[in-house]
Amino acid sequence: MVSSSRPQIQPILSSKDANIYYGNFLAVRDVTIDIPKNSITAFIGPSGCGKSTVLRCFNRLNDLIKTFKMRGSMNYHGQDLYSPEIDPVAVRRQIGMVFQKPNPFPKSIYDNIAFGPRLVKYKGNMDELVERSLRGSALWDEVKDKLKESGLALSGGQQQRLCIARAIAMQPDVILMDEPCSALDPISTLKIEDLFQELKEKYTIVIVTHNMQQASRASDYTAFFNVEQTDRGRTGHIVEYDRTEVIFQNPQQQATQSYVSGRFG
Amino acid sequence: MVVSPNQNNEPMQRHRSSLSRNLDAAFVWLTGGFASLIAFLLIAIAIRVGVDASPAIAKFGLGFLFESRWDPVKDIYSAFPQIYGTIVSSFLALLLAVPVGIGVAIFLSEDFIPEKIQRPVIFLVELLAAIPSVVYGLWGIFVLIPVLRDMGKGVHQSLGWLPFFSTSPSGPGMYVAGIILAIMILPIITAISRDALVAVPIELRQAAYGLGATRWETIFKIILPAAFSGVIGGIMLALGRAMGETMAVTMVIGNANKASISLFDQGSTVSSLLANQFAEASGLQVSSLMYAAIVLFVLTLVVNILAQVVVQRVNRI
Ligand SMILES: Nc1ncnc2c1ncn2[C@@H]1O[C@H](COP(=O)(O)OP(=O)(O)OP(=O)(O)O)[C@@H](O)[C@H]1O
Ligand SMILES: [Mg+2]
Repeated sequence: MVSSSRPQIQPILSSKDANIYYGNFLAVRDVTIDIPKNSITAFIGPSGCGKSTVLRCFNRLNDLIKTFKMRGSMNYHGQDLYSPEIDPVAVRRQIGMVFQKPNPFPKSIYDNIAFGPRLVKYKGNMDELVERSLRGSALWDEVKDKLKESGLALSGGQQQRLCIARAIAMQPDVILMDEPCSALDPISTLKIEDLFQELKEKYTIVIVTHNMQQASRASDYTAFFNVEQTDRGRTGHIVEYDRTEVIFQNPQQQATQSYVSGRFG
Repeated sequence: MVVSPNQNNEPMQRHRSSLSRNLDAAFVWLTGGFASLIAFLLIAIAIRVGVDASPAIAKFGLGFLFESRWDPVKDIYSAFPQIYGTIVSSFLALLLAVPVGIGVAIFLSEDFIPEKIQRPVIFLVELLAAIPSVVYGLWGIFVLIPVLRDMGKGVHQSLGWLPFFSTSPSGPGMYVAGIILAIMILPIITAISRDALVAVPIELRQAAYGLGATRWETIFKIILPAAFSGVIGGIMLALGRAMGETMAVTMVIGNANKASISLFDQGSTVSSLLANQFAEASGLQVSSLMYAAIVLFVLTLVVNILAQVVVQRVNRI
């Protein structure tokens, strides 16, 4: 019934029958999804359905939450992300993250970008890497004369692009973004959406968004999550996952149809 | 259409009773009065101490700070050993207490131990601050000194070529004062640093972890720098406490009127000088004690101003 793992391209991230718990509470059930390489995948769905939870599983950021538990499998390039040999720190260096609220470090713009590369003792030319990353997030022209100034002195939209540049500087494989535009004005949002199209040449992007236009404009694939009351609390699951055009124009599920056309419930 | 609950078209201005508005005004006056009272007290004390100290200031001038005579018979006074002792004992205390205090603060602010154990430990550390200083002094004399003396003898034998350990410890001395002070200021540093560390936004932690930082990299490169001004604030408060601490120090420092480079030697501080002498002092001696008190006050002031400068420098980025 659920048309999961529809895209037939070689997946970079994939999850099979994953159940995610916080303590005894089953937050998301039966997550089966293949995320294709060099594409943009959007997660949409009502609040509390577990989009952030699933996203954060992919780079093991949920490990920081003590009560977190994952049953099932999550793979990255075919390798089990949760096998005991895997170092979560190394995973996070490959799979970067941009958060909902811009969170630059209280350091200079330059040091914000250089923080990650310094952790891995980057050998190349740091100035060049900083410039390349800031160009990559379309911020270079706005900040090139004030790289020594605090990252906190930028506007919200600039801060978010700084955070994207910071993620790019690690030269990751995948960038996960949790509602990266929710705190931004429409112009900054469009700038960041344009950026996605450039970024996907090099990276694979997974983005959580509440903005239907954004999902339909900017993404190649869309996963629609929903949430249902069960005996173990409000548990989320993936209702439908397909090419974005299909989800928005010809969804197979009634619930998806209602959600994307704005008729909820 | 949505009707907001405030749409009952009453004029906004005449909302509150005159009683409530008068109470507001009274409250402002009252708190303002208390605030001025404190300022007035401070100024009154400063003037009084300054006036009382002026004969000594006139007689000894700045030489008071650099010479080592305290001679009530000839009525000649200067306080270099005490100023030296104040600075050395409190910086020795900082040297010991800062790394430990910040370490404990990190330990108690991260989730290294379950919260059930963490809470009581935090409470115990804070309880250290509640022990009266005379109790620390007694404990220093009867417990700490016997232990430290034997350890100090060993240190003197092996490291005696270092100037700091060049004399054999005889019991009380600068090193005991430094260690007692370190224990006394530890809870201040820990409590304030912990508050500063806990206040670092969770978003910064996540950003660091998200970039592949380990827990230690996150703590040392992001969380501690972000909490820097709070931590410095705690250290400065602790330094102020160490410089002014009187009872415990007087009981263990030996009260010798000399400035020795060896930490095992006896010494004294400005506070211990005041505590020891005020009872039988008169005339120029009282005035000299007042002068020493002013010096102590200026020392703490300078330390605090320096701290402000450091914090502002760092916070500019
Ligand atoms: N740290 C946590 N501890 C316990 N429960 C959590 C935690 N984080 C999230 N949850 C629960 O997991 C469920 C899914 O949360 P999640 O944040 O993934 O939702 P979401 O789809 O991202 O919602 P939103 O669109 O509002 O961001 C919710 O019921 C939430 O209460
Ligand atoms: Mg979310």
